[in-house]
Amino acid sequence: MPDKDHKMTQRPLSPHLQIYRPMLSMTMSIVHRITGVGLVLGVVGLVWWLSAASTSDAYFALVQGFFYGWFGRLVLFGMSWALIHHMLGGLRHFVWDTGHGFALNKVEWLVRANIIGSIVLTVLLWVVAYGVRG
Amino acid sequence: MSMKTELGKVRGLGAAHDGTGHFWMQRVTAISNVPLVLYLVYFIVAHVSANRAAVVASIKNPFCAIALSLALLSICWHMKLGLQMVIEDYVHGHASKMAALLLNVFFAFGLCAVGVFAILKISFGA
Repeated sequence: MPDKDHKMTQRPLSPHLQIYRPMLSMTMSIVHRITGVGLVLGVVGLVWWLSAASTSDAYFALVQGFFYGWFGRLVLFGMSWALIHHMLGGLRHFVWDTGHGFALNKVEWLVRANIIGSIVLTVLLWVVAYGVRG
Repeated sequence: MSMKTELGKVRGLGAAHDGTGHFWMQRVTAISNVPLVLYLVYFIVAHVSANRAAVVASIKNPFCAIALSLALLSICWHMKLGLQMVIEDYVHGHASKMAALLLNVFFAFGLCAVGVFAILKISFGA
């Protein structure tokens, strides 16, 4: 840090993130964090739903109705994708925790599997959910 | 009075002065989240168009109540650790950072308590 009595020492600075060409792996890193923070909303919704179930028929019908409507369904769709993406990202980190999968081609493969897997599994989940609804 | 030297007290604790405890519990809760959240997703999908009586009947099953309570605990603990890291990275003022970290703990365990209470109320209640 420079102070008023001294000139800034001219040390080499590490380049900021923004000068690098955006890589899929670094995008996935921030998406993992964003989905994690977004899922807080999902936990709040879950606790709201459970509390309603413990309160009364009328209140549960209101909350169930909210999640059944188009807006609630949109929120749930987003949450389900965020959850699956975050969980697959977590599994990816488990692989890295063992010290494997750090070769660049492996990293690329893992992040692609994460994106494609999250989309496919989210669609599958909703097909099943619509099947359950009948 | 600790007999450790000044260096010995801080060695291995890193910049956050917290050692590897945060990292370790994040992985522990991540592992427990996998089966518990899968069960939670199954539970939600199974009740997409259920009325209250059906949900109550399911939660009256002890296995279901225990699994859902553990899921909430594991999720909220993991959420607390994750949000803590986000706060530590992006909130820079000392006072505001401390306030945010404190609120984060209250929020995570408060939310968990409300959810677990709802499950227990259904489980033990009428």
